This record gives sequence, structure tokens and C-alpha cells, in this order.
Amino acid sequence: MTALPSFLRLRRMQPNALLGGILMLVLGLTALTGLLWTPYDPLKINILQRLAGPSAAHWLGTDEFGRDVLSRLLAGAATSVWISLLTVTCAVTTGTLFGLSAGFLRGWPDRIIMACNDAVLAFPGILLALGLLSVLGASKYGIILALSLAYMPSVVRVVRGAVLSLREREFVEASRVMGNSELYTMLRHVLPNCTAPLIVLATSMFGWVLLSESALSFLGLGVPPPAPTWGNMLAASRPYIGQAVWLGILPGLCISLTLLGANLLGDALRDHLDPRLRGLK
Amino acid sequence: MTQSPLPPLLSVTGLTLGLRQGRTLVQDVSFSLARGEVIGLVGESGSGKTMAARALLNLLPPAITRTGGTITFDGHDLTTLDPVAMRRIRGARIGMVFQEPMTSLNPALPIRTQLEEGLILHTTLSAPERHQRMVDMLMRVGIANTEYCLNAYPHQFSGGMRQRIMLAAAMLPRPDLLLADEPTTALDAFVQREVLELMLDLTRENGTAVLMISHDLSMVARYTDRVVVMQQGVVVEQGPTQDLLLHPRHPYTRTLLDALPRRPAPRPDKTATPPLVEVRDLVVRYPGRRRLLGRDPDKQVLHDVSLTVHPGETVALVGGSGSGKTTLGRAIAGLTPVTAGSIRFRGAPLPHRPPFRQPRVWLDWRLDCQMVFQDPYSSLDPRMTIGAAVGEALRHDRTLPARNRQTRIDEILTEVGLGAAYAGRYPHELSGGQRQRVAIARALARRPAFIVADEPVSALDMTVQKQILDLFTQLQDHYGFACLFISHDLGVVEQIADRVMVMHDGRIVEHGPCHTVFDSPQHPYTRQLLSAIPMLEPQPGGGLSLRWRYGEPGSA
Repeated sequence: MTALPSFLRLRRMQPNALLGGILMLVLGLTALTGLLWTPYDPLKINILQRLAGPSAAHWLGTDEFGRDVLSRLLAGAATSVWISLLTVTCAVTTGTLFGLSAGFLRGWPDRIIMACNDAVLAFPGILLALGLLSVLGASKYGIILALSLAYMPSVVRVVRGAVLSLREREFVEASRVMGNSELYTMLRHVLPNCTAPLIVLATSMFGWVLLSESALSFLGLGVPPPAPTWGNMLAASRPYIGQAVWLGILPGLCISLTLLGANLLGDALRDHLDPRLRGLK
Repeated sequence: MTQSPLPPLLSVTGLTLGLRQGRTLVQDVSFSLARGEVIGLVGESGSGKTMAARALLNLLPPAITRTGGTITFDGHDLTTLDPVAMRRIRGARIGMVFQEPMTSLNPALPIRTQLEEGLILHTTLSAPERHQRMVDMLMRVGIANTEYCLNAYPHQFSGGMRQRIMLAAAMLPRPDLLLADEPTTALDAFVQREVLELMLDLTRENGTAVLMISHDLSMVARYTDRVVVMQQGVVVEQGPTQDLLLHPRHPYTRTLLDALPRRPAPRPDKTATPPLVEVRDLVVRYPGRRRLLGRDPDKQVLHDVSLTVHPGETVALVGGSGSGKTTLGRAIAGLTPVTAGSIRFRGAPLPHRPPFRQPRVWLDWRLDCQMVFQDPYSSLDPRMTIGAAVGEALRHDRTLPARNRQTRIDEILTEVGLGAAYAGRYPHELSGGQRQRVAIARALARRPAFIVADEPVSALDMTVQKQILDLFTQLQDHYGFACLFISHDLGVVEQIADRVMVMHDGRIVEHGPCHTVFDSPQHPYTRQLLSAIPMLEPQPGGGLSLRWRYGEPGSA
């Protein structure tokens, strides 16, 4: 047990952290299953079986084209998680790069980067993504690009803030006195110390990106049909809300639970990584 | 005063505090305090002295709870008091002065509001009466322009002034007991004495008892009637101050007394050799802020400062905060750009600004001039092991093959008294003193010829301070590096310096060999600084007595 970091020890875990962790784990497994195996082909149309309720053959029923909802949810999870993961990675990488340069170099690089950043930040994220997608055309990688751009500014701000306070610390000066170059100091001493706020941000961002992706799909600018995502499943269910309630509820529930999991885990990580909050409660 | 026939004002019996998880922080602490008495609670960081005092006001952090003991204040049992009654005692009957004057006043409120708060809560005085009382109190704490002060905000005052205001705020409701938690630790030695004396005068006039918490035994000894010594949550010794100094009984008290600064025998003069570092007419100017039209005037921090450091010598740079001593050290270490003047290392001039592509002379200087910083908590990268931190200093050493690096790391860690086993640990697993040892190891790993030590011990407890200073001297004998030792603490300087330079407002006002400056100071500023530190005279039997240089308080 001693080899495990304290936050991984079940007995000492906060119930919220545990719930968040379990939800994210389930999401990961669902996405993996969707990638490797689904009970039916999620794209296979069977008009005779359309809008059937849950049964032994179709556990979660079928949609308006008679496609198996469970299969589509699993496949949709794979797509949604993949998009969110890639978006968060892109946003965090580029955001860190810009934030680090702005905070560490100060002067004119800081001014230029922050001016651009604030300009992007001034648009509501979803609106920016919508605008970009209408230019790029709706596709999986278009969405990733658009959402990365919409979510990057917050990373830049967080990293720059952390760097600004870190660069005044004495160990950064100590590195200079040792004869290390500025680039080395930045990468070896400043960057690793920014990871705590970054992990927290990335975790909760994952949930928000998934929600945004669903919103884009809902608005018709997401992953184009027939490929399933939770967002376009939700959108497609709207006309049938009277006849087949499960069509709307299931993907909606999936989105909510994911968002809940990501936020709980993000909060738990923040509490864990902030030593001032440790030992309370 | 200890034989007072009246019941004591405050009596604490068997106070025990523990963390929620069960670790005991303060165990079975008992002491009492008569009306008007001044007692000192002395101990190192982690000894539980602050927590014991906070428990009196029920101001413990949420993770800590009181698990036993009683606290009786003027007939009330404070441990069973309900929150409303407790609030009537806090402030009104027990006042508190905190350590950090920079953060203990609310920066968003004018002084008037902060002073008046207590009076409105705890007295029935009318507005003009309150005003009069505030004006009187401010005059009393030595603030002449009271109207200006009342309407000003905390940031407009220096640390010493803020501590006076804090004191005024605590004393306004005329409490029976004043808790002073390290009230002057954050201040310069000179200001420290002024504020303490003011505090004592003020409490004596009002008949207020004082519980003074401090790690500085010499300061406490000067001002208190009785001393309670705490170690690791336990009271190890208490008694009248004079007795305790003359006849310390507990070994820990003796350790504390031994840690008080004493001057060693002077070392041989090393100024005959050619200087290692030569600073001539150094000027550092910080550019003013750019405004919409034009810019603010530049701020000149150093005015034509010259100094030399010879091989193997320790030169101390002494001065109050804002005297420019840190700027000088940083300029020499190449961290602050130089405006004018020259710095020569072994006769070769250094460039004024660190160039981006480092030329040979600069890199050599970087490696030959290392720095030990003040705060051991921020000078080590929290995400690097001790071994990696020390090893980094060897990155640029072209003479040391990579495979010998580990040997050197182990060697230097052993030399600073930690041992090679520490290489795998992270800074947060180490105490302040151990961290400072790591910082010294890092600075010495490359065997530099010159070290700039910026207040290297001022963040440490007295006994640890002594250990680090001893280590420093020992390593200097071994490696023979020269050192520029920056400090505001003359007691520390006296122990370590060969020569002393006194700085005031960016100029060197006095310099000379250590014993000359300490025994016959010429400049009035030096006298002022010296008057603030007590001199210790060892007494037969292992005890000590304290004495002020240059007359008694008030006459200086």
C-alpha cells in the first residue's frame, strides 16, 4: 500500500473523488468497448424494428431507423471521447507553449500573445467554434481544431499566471546563477511546477469539451451523420420525444454523467494538489 | 510579581492540543500570568508556542482541536464559553498583535475604520469620544500626523509604522492581556527595539499583562519578567528571566543560550593578497514606470558603491531594509543589470548586462560566483530531488566527467552534514535548516571562488542558525572561498565576518575590520544599528547576562 500515492488509497478517498474516478473509468471502458466491439453494427438500418422499446434483443431499444441504441451509444462514446481527448491535448499543449513564453519572456512577446489571447477570449467559445466550423466544414478534425482554439485561451491564462509567480521564486534565480540558459531554466524549473494547475484544468476541461462537442452536433455542425455521437443522437431524438423517450434520455444521461465525473475528479485533484486544502474536512 | 496574593489573570493548566488525526502538538502546557506581568513564551518553530497562544482565544486552525486542559481568564473558563461570550472577550479583554504587519491590517480599509472597529464593538463611547481616543492613542504610539494617518491606508506606511498602528488597534479597547506573536520578527533590528519598547511602555501604563511569543531568547529576556521555554509542544522550563539566564537547568535552555551570537577570535587579515572581486563606483538605477506621457523618474538604488573581497575572506554587508544591500549582492552575482561602474573578477572586467549568448568570461564568473538565497523554502525546486538539484550545479563543469558527478554529489552532501542518502529525497521532506544545507551544497558543488550569501540564516531558528553558521565557517576553512555575507542581523555578522561594510540608503557609510566596527563605530547609523542588539556576557557557572550597548533604552 505504501507504494501508492495517498490519493489512490481507497480507504482514505473522499466520496466525491471516488465517484468522479469511477464515472471517468466507466466512460473510458465504454469508449474502449465501442471502439472494439458493439452488439450490432451501429450504422445498420432495420426499418421494421424502428422505434422499438428496450427488449432482450435490443437492450436499450432502437432509433428511428431501427439502429441499435446501445451499439450507437458505445460507438458514440468512442467518437466523443476521442474528440475530447484530442482537443484537450491540443489546447493544453499550445496553450502551455504560449502561456509559458508570455509569462517567462515578458516584454513584447507577452503583450502580443496576451492581446491575441484576450481577443479570442472575448468571443463566447461555442460561437467561435460555430464560426470556424462553418468555414472549415463539419468534420471530426474540424471540430477538434475549432474547439482547441476556443479552449486554448483559458490554458494560456492559467499557465501565464502560474509562470508569473514562479519566475520570481528563488530557485529560478538559483538556476540562472548556476549558469543555466534561460530556455533550460524555463523548461526544467518553471514548466514542471505548472503541472498541478494544468492537470486540474485539463480534467474539468475534458467534460466541458465533450459538452461543447455535443452542443455542436446538436446544432448540426458536429460529426456528420450517420456516424453516431452523443450530441447528434440527442439532436435526432427530438422529433420522437413523445413516442420514444429513451432516445433522448440515454445520450443526455451519458453527457451529464461524464460532465459530473470530470468536474468531481477535477475538484478532487485540485483539493489534493493544493496543500493548503489538505488535512481539512 | 510571582508571589501576587491575587488570583492570576490568566491560568492555563494541562493544555493539550492535537491534530484531528490524533497527533499531539501541544502537551500538558501550564502557566499563569498575573495582572500587569510580562512573560515570554520561547521556542523554535514547531514547538507549539503559537498554537498554545491561539488556543487562548479559540482561534485554532480547523485541523487542530483542544483535547484537554483548562484556560481560566479572570474567573471565566474560556474553554466552556459560548461563541458570543468569547467574542466579548476577544479584542476587548484580550488583544492580539500579529507577526506580519504587511498582512495583518486590511489593505482595503482606511486606518480609521480598522481602529474604530474595536471601540464600536466593545465600548459605548460616542463618535467624538472615539475619535479623541484614537487620536490620543496614535500620538502615544508615536504617529504625529494623526489626521493623515486615520484617513490613510495600510500600504502608505512602512512595516514599523504598521506594527505601531496594529499595536494601537490592539490597545485601544484597553485589554487586560495582550498576546504578541513574534511582534517584531519581520522588522529591522533597530525598528524592532523601538516597537518593543513602545509596546512595553504602553502596556505598563494601562496595567496590561503581556504574553510575548518569540523564538528570539535574547529579545524576550530583555523585556520579560518571566520566561516559559517550550520544546516540541512541552514546557521544559519556566521561571523568572534573570534566574533562567544565569542558571539554566534544562539542557534545551542551555542549547538556546549557546546559540546566542558570540564573537569568535579574529582570523588573520587576508587583505594583503590581490582582491578576488573588486567593485568600483557601482551604480544601479531602476527605470521608472512608463506613463501615458513620459515616465516616472528613475530610482537610484546604489550610489557609487565600491568594495573589494579578497580570497578566503568574509565581508559582511549590513544595513536596514531598503539600504540596497541585496541589490548590490544581486548586481555582483549578475542577476540585476548594472547602470554604471565596474565589477572586476581577478582583474578582468565583467559585462554590465548578462549577454544572451554567454561569452567565456561571463560563464566562468557564473560558475565561480555562486549564491545562497535567503528563503530555503523557495530556493529549491520542489519537483527536483536533492541529488538532482545539486547535480545541476555540475552541468557546466567541463573538468568533471559525467561519471564522476554522482561521487561529487555524495561527497558534498556528506560535507554539509546530510549524507549521500539524502540525494533521493525531495525538498518538502526536509526541514528549513536541512534545506539551507542543500542550498549551500549546491552553491559549493562546483568549488567556486566566491559566494554571495543573501541573508542565508535569517529564515531559520536560533539554534539552527548557529549550526548553519558553524557549517559555513568550517566549509570556508576547507574550500577557502571568499564570501559576501549580506545580513540585517548584526549578531550573525559578528560571528562570521572578517570585515564589515555598513550600508545606508544605497551608500556604504562605514567599513572596516569586524572588531573595529563593532567596538568603536564611527558613523551614527552604525551606532544606531548596534544599539538595537543586546550584548551577552557569559557569567561564571554557565549562565549569561544581557546588556545593551550604548546606554539604556530610550537614551539611545
